[in-house]
Amino acid sequence: MKRILSTASTEFRIALRNRWVTIALVLMAVFSLVLSLAGSAPTGGLGVDRLSVTVASLTSLSVYLIPLLALLISFDAIAGEAERGTLSLLLAYPIAREEVLIGKLAAHLAILALAVLLGHGLAAGVAIWSDQSAVEGLPALWRLSWSSILLGATFLGAGYALSSLSRRPSGAAGLAIGLWLGLVVLYDIALLAAIVADNGGWFTTEAFPVALIVNPADAFRLFNLTASGATAAAAGVGGAADAIPLWHSLSSILVWPVAALALAAAAFRKVTP
Amino acid sequence: MTSTLTISDLTKRFGEVAALTGVSLTVAPGERVALLGHNGAGKSTLMKIILGLIPATGGKVTICDAAPGSTAARRAVAYLPENVAFHPALTGEEQVRHYLSLRGERPRLAMGLLEVVGLAHAARRRIGTYSKGMRQRVGLAQALIGHPRLLVLDEPTSGLDPVSRREFYVLLDDLAAQGASILLSSHALTEVEARTDRIVILSKGRVVAEGSLADLRRRADLPVTLHVTARNGYATDIAQSLPGAIMVDGALHLTCMQADKLQTLGRITDLGDKVADLDVLPPSLEDLYSHFSQGNAP
Ligand SMILES: Nc1ncnc2c1ncn2[C@@H]1O[C@H](COP(=O)(O)OP(=O)(O)OP(=O)(O)O)[C@@H](O)[C@H]1O
Ligand SMILES: [Mg+2]
Repeated sequence: MKRILSTASTEFRIALRNRWVTIALVLMAVFSLVLSLAGSAPTGGLGVDRLSVTVASLTSLSVYLIPLLALLISFDAIAGEAERGTLSLLLAYPIAREEVLIGKLAAHLAILALAVLLGHGLAAGVAIWSDQSAVEGLPALWRLSWSSILLGATFLGAGYALSSLSRRPSGAAGLAIGLWLGLVVLYDIALLAAIVADNGGWFTTEAFPVALIVNPADAFRLFNLTASGATAAAAGVGGAADAIPLWHSLSSILVWPVAALALAAAAFRKVTP
Repeated sequence: MTSTLTISDLTKRFGEVAALTGVSLTVAPGERVALLGHNGAGKSTLMKIILGLIPATGGKVTICDAAPGSTAARRAVAYLPENVAFHPALTGEEQVRHYLSLRGERPRLAMGLLEVVGLAHAARRRIGTYSKGMRQRVGLAQALIGHPRLLVLDEPTSGLDPVSRREFYVLLDDLAAQGASILLSSHALTEVEARTDRIVILSKGRVVAEGSLADLRRRADLPVTLHVTARNGYATDIAQSLPGAIMVDGALHLTCMQADKLQTLGRITDLGDKVADLDVLPPSLEDLYSHFSQGNAP
């Protein structure tokens, strides 16, 4: 336990000095403020409170931002140590590889959690300050907060796995960007294209819901939009999927962090320094 | 258990490359063993196998009755990899505190360790600002953590200045006196010559020679060099009575086999007053090293 704590605090210190902490906090704070200020504009009698509107736009943003931040923080974790030569030293110490991963994860997840909570706190503050009824949106915001942290854990795990597989920081960075583009951007475009081509056939009714659930980023968006009953208001992929039960997306966002970390552990175990 | 480290018939292949072939070696408690060999001879590979970082292809390694890489073995062994570069964003003290925690020791001991390796003045500076030798000292400091039964040091003195090297070997003497075994590799033969108990020469992954310096000298049976300085005017006289001698910078240089050494010395003493000075130079470790590593092994 002491070993994990020491690893975590060392990693946190490194992230602090490398400015990852600042970058994550500033990004989340700025985006949350901008979105909540935009969301506080008169909603035109839509019947939803302002915070809920902000939560919907924060959800769309987080789908891109959280995985990106998580991958940027994690891609160097193993490959960087391998390149510096400290990995062979670390593995000669009486610490299990899983403990190394858990220590790093604790630090990196803490950074993401801080950034998410700061951003969401600011958003809540702005919304409630300008409109008392916005407190009704707090449960939705809280749901967004913890699911964002889980999404972060998934992509941290993916980042460690890529870092272990490539063993060089430059290679790991490339793989991380590729994964982000693939899962967060291209995946949705491909799905939309397929739906349009399919025109309401088997793909749209059978394969599409599954495809949304298995992608952690889509599952995250779906979960938050379904839970707040906002799928109807949301455009694009989210709008096409209001028939999927909540527990499907919920299980996906709960299972993915565990799966990604198991994957990371398996990849790390194969690394020979 | 008498030896800290026992290696028997160890073999390691990297695909086509035979990095180690039939290596056997034991290191007793308190013994300092130097591993010598050309670049690519297999020194670092041998060390990584001892630490359990890479698996062996064949053979057996035991460290204090435990298998390489087992928790018991990792507790007992300290390691200094070659070319290690610690994270530039941490200070020397933070890095050593972390390593202390990983070994279950109190992080407060960090300052003391850094003092031992002469880094106390820079302990609170980031490692990114350190010189090469200073970074190497961080590595040495972490290798001293706890009371390791075996220290595996891969080119520990690379990057250290001559004075620090001497201090480093004094440190090793202390550790060895307390019963720690030390296995180190080095390309600096002169320091190894003076400060280790036993020398192992690897060549292309095989042990070509092993023993104390005296053992190796005896076995190599390389010629001894004698330098004779003549009193003014007698140089030619002496040269005539010592066949094979050649003039170099005003002194006569002469080589003879170990077995003929005393006889030759006798001939020189017979010259009496004509000789001003005499130096006997045994073959250096460098000579022995080239002898053994070029495949002249017996
Ligand atoms: N991971 C690896 N994959 C393939 N070959 C390797 C690997 N590691 C080492 N080798 C090969 O094994 C041989 C021994 O390498 P090793 O690093 O042990 O040499 P060394 O004696 O430490 O040399 P140096 O004095 O340069 O440090 C070399 O031929 C090297 O190319
Ligand atoms: Mg080497």
